[in-house]
Amino acid sequence: MSPRSRALALVVTLCLALAHGFSYAADPGVTATEIKIGNTNPYSGPASVYGTIGKGIAAYFKKVNDEGGINGRKINFITLDDGYSPPKTVEMVRRLVEQEQVLFLFQTLGTPTNTAIWKYMNDQQVPHLFVATGATKWGDPKGHPWTMGWQPTYQTEGQIYAQYVLKNLPDARIGILYQNDDYGKDYVKGFKDGLGDAAKKMIVMEQTHEVTDPTIESQIVNLKNSGANVFFNVTIPKFAVQAIKKARDIGWKPVHLLNNVSNSVGTVLKPAGIDASKDIISTFYLKDPTDPQWKNDKGFKDWSAFMQKYYPDGNTADLFNVYAYTVPQTLVHVLKQCGNDLSRANIMRQAANIKDLALPMFLPGIKVNTSPTDFYPIEQLQLARFDGERWVLFGEIFDAGGKHGM
Amino acid sequence: MNSEISETVEAASAGEVAARVSAPPRVTPRAWEVAGLLALIAGACLLPFELSGFRLFQFTQVFVYAIALLGLNILTGYNGQISLGHGAFYGIGAYTAAIMIDRWGVPYGWTVPVAGVLCLVVGFLFGLPALRLEGLYLALATFALALSVPQILKHFDGWTGGSQGIVLSRPAAPLGLPLTADQWLYFLSLGVLLVLFMLGWNLLRGRTGRALVAIRDNPIAAEAMGVNAALYKSLAFGVSAAYTGVAGALSALAIAFVAPDTFNVFLSITFLVGIVIGGLASISGPIFGALFIQFVPNYAQDISKAAPWAIYGIFLIVFMYVMPYGVSGFLRLAWRRLTRATAGTRPK
Amino acid sequence: MEIFLQQVVSGLATGGIYGSLALSLVMIYQATDVVNFAQGEMAMFSTYLAWSLMNHGLSYWLAFALTVTVAFVGGLAIQRLIMRPVENAPILTIVIVTLGLLVIFNSVAGWIYSYIIQPFPSPFPTTAIRVGSVVFGPHDLGAIGVTLVLLILLYAFFRFTSLGLAMRAAAQNPASSRLVGIRVGWMLALGWGLAALVGAVAGMMVAPVIFLEPNMMSGILIYAFASATLGGFTSPGGAVLGGFLVGVIENLAGTYISFIGTDLKLTVALVLIILVLLVKPSGLFGRAVVRRV
Repeated sequence: MSPRSRALALVVTLCLALAHGFSYAADPGVTATEIKIGNTNPYSGPASVYGTIGKGIAAYFKKVNDEGGINGRKINFITLDDGYSPPKTVEMVRRLVEQEQVLFLFQTLGTPTNTAIWKYMNDQQVPHLFVATGATKWGDPKGHPWTMGWQPTYQTEGQIYAQYVLKNLPDARIGILYQNDDYGKDYVKGFKDGLGDAAKKMIVMEQTHEVTDPTIESQIVNLKNSGANVFFNVTIPKFAVQAIKKARDIGWKPVHLLNNVSNSVGTVLKPAGIDASKDIISTFYLKDPTDPQWKNDKGFKDWSAFMQKYYPDGNTADLFNVYAYTVPQTLVHVLKQCGNDLSRANIMRQAANIKDLALPMFLPGIKVNTSPTDFYPIEQLQLARFDGERWVLFGEIFDAGGKHGM
Repeated sequence: MNSEISETVEAASAGEVAARVSAPPRVTPRAWEVAGLLALIAGACLLPFELSGFRLFQFTQVFVYAIALLGLNILTGYNGQISLGHGAFYGIGAYTAAIMIDRWGVPYGWTVPVAGVLCLVVGFLFGLPALRLEGLYLALATFALALSVPQILKHFDGWTGGSQGIVLSRPAAPLGLPLTADQWLYFLSLGVLLVLFMLGWNLLRGRTGRALVAIRDNPIAAEAMGVNAALYKSLAFGVSAAYTGVAGALSALAIAFVAPDTFNVFLSITFLVGIVIGGLASISGPIFGALFIQFVPNYAQDISKAAPWAIYGIFLIVFMYVMPYGVSGFLRLAWRRLTRATAGTRPK
Repeated sequence: MEIFLQQVVSGLATGGIYGSLALSLVMIYQATDVVNFAQGEMAMFSTYLAWSLMNHGLSYWLAFALTVTVAFVGGLAIQRLIMRPVENAPILTIVIVTLGLLVIFNSVAGWIYSYIIQPFPSPFPTTAIRVGSVVFGPHDLGAIGVTLVLLILLYAFFRFTSLGLAMRAAAQNPASSRLVGIRVGWMLALGWGLAALVGAVAGMMVAPVIFLEPNMMSGILIYAFASATLGGFTSPGGAVLGGFLVGVIENLAGTYISFIGTDLKLTVALVLIILVLLVKPSGLFGRAVVRRV
């Protein structure tokens, strides 16, 4: 062989080797023994109440690893603090994707924060799985095929209350209190969509509050004064307790529809006062750990054991810790279903291929279902009324399957 | 109590306050300082070809913060007007850029100067009534601005996208320059930083700077000597807001997303932390301050996920113990001590 | 009319909350010229202490007395140990140190007690008092009473005791005070201790209304700052009155200027406050600072 042809052969071999390498190289973040998963959560700042979710998920992955991991691979869960600030989220997510080289993101928390990285994740084609927010926009397989939500959307829940009102309360005069941000507005949109033409007639007053407001007393006084006999309460626990208590104090007794962000017996209803909370209506998909009806339930007992062993610092009255236990179970299901093909594309394929997955801390009958055209994993909720001690489920399980007003 | 006595007592304490606000006097730059600066700039220009996109993004953030901090420093450090509301101007700048690009299809290059001019006007107008307010009362007025801007942004959702914010695309390098988006944004913000720092330096070392400092240290004396305090104070407000607005517009380009609650009170307070840590009334201070507010929270969370803010708080306190006049004040004092030690043998 | 009265009553109740924290802000400001950003978080921490004590079986008033004592000593200790190294530093440097304290207290409270909302008992009866159709909460009335009592006690302390006089002297003219033998450093520390004490009482009065959680005071601090400024940062009575005014103004703005939208009620209230300040630039009850050229 002449030197020239030898050089040519070398180049050809190199090219082949490279091409070979490309077609078989696994995506970053996965080895024979490890899967690297990235996450952002607010561990500092005013939203740090949610930080327990990130800590709970980390604890759950520790349990998975102690039990041998997934197909022999241990999970390396890297969770970073973004303080609920979108610019910080962008920075932390770029660190996770570009520097830590995670295989995918899981449960990044917050609507504005996830919106900030939405385009980036889809441009990079890195799975952005089961984001921790109830906004409706995450179920967009055409426009954003790498992003998927998890929990029932706020709009879905709003629609359920609207249906309840239309069916049972034809003379409703509705007063709404909501937090002045995407979360509050999504609920109200779903509620109004559900009411349809009746919305104009039925809604007599809308009041908003900022998350920084110290109290919402003034809003409750205005709502009472509006003559409303139905109260749609879209607030986080801190304000929900105040609203329940204040309504009782000033003698306002409407039909109280309370969003499921704040329906924990132990952390909202009891502090607000059990008698003031009686007859409140809300929706559920998870078991409330402070509700005595689950005391002997196997799912609840396993969760308690998990909390004791892996997350002793976590508060067992906190519904977020049930959430933090259930959402990684969904992910583990997806990863097991992936088998040995842990490419990013396959992870998205499997995430969009969950069939009737029931999990231990779901209410009986609630199931996860996804498909290539359905990026809304949980679309079922059930109504319940608080009887002064526990939540009494009533009616059928509501299924929003495919009825999202995008 | 005798009211006359109480007035003189307060006058004395007011003088003391003014003295305590001011930083140690600055020294004029020397040739070697200019050389060092040029070397630093050359180094900054080489970085993009060494660092990863993620690191470049972080440094772009540092440059953007530094511009905002210089703006605040003009107002608070040089002119003694405390603002707890510069996050608002940052937000106005960011939204100006986002609305122009997303709603009106204006090329992004125009948005940065427009944001600057708009904030100059808004800041100047805000500065006019604020003339009557001093110290804490001014701080409250600016604080009110910081609280109101996110609410106003949410209210006019036809333009601003409401609480959902506006998603943008990051600009690519122009003229077919062989640069990635990260490299281009890095150079863009570095370029803007250099231009604005040069302008700021020219402004502050001359007549205007002296007038600002004179108003800060003794407003009545300054007026008696013919300085138009009202004009200079509102002008300081306008220029300061313009700098911060430019920074906001650049941040919108770099982050490619704006949302109302990003520009909260906490951001304004972070800026205040930045200028104090960096050093009040100094040109280099904003750079150190920007490095601090960009990187120290990251180190804090690397140390403890359980309570990252506790670590950050300890950093803040320790920094202030070691450098009560900020990093630039610390360096200046250290330098003076060093030169005094060597110059001690020479005749004066 | 009914809604107007009810909004005023409710505004006075929340205003009392703002006023009590504003009072503790003014305490430290008067002693040291510094706005203590950590004031709210210190109050929150003290309230958690009272809550823990009650969880261990102590009665309300015993827990109250212990908490107030610990808060006083704690405030004193913070000034002596943490603030003293920067005592002679520029004002803004001291402010940043208090910001450091804010984030530390906030973060540590979340770490120890978690972010779960806890109920906090009220020492006052719970049955609402009705006058016509207007409802008065007994706790609100009680809390307003406690704030006013504190204000009177502080006034008496500063006006009629020699220690109070020494503290005033130390704050107004440290150099001369030193010459007449007043230990100025300890007087400043005493100011911090008293402010922490007032803050602890404020926290325990606030918690039954807004419930106990690590971020409970962050919103209130904003309003307390506005109240103290409106009333005049140099006047404790003005700060409390400023609190009532802010509470009422905000409620009425939210109720009657609703054509702007309730989402802008804070903005409207702030604009009103600033308009007042433009007319009275040192607050309603503050004294103008006169400078010597």
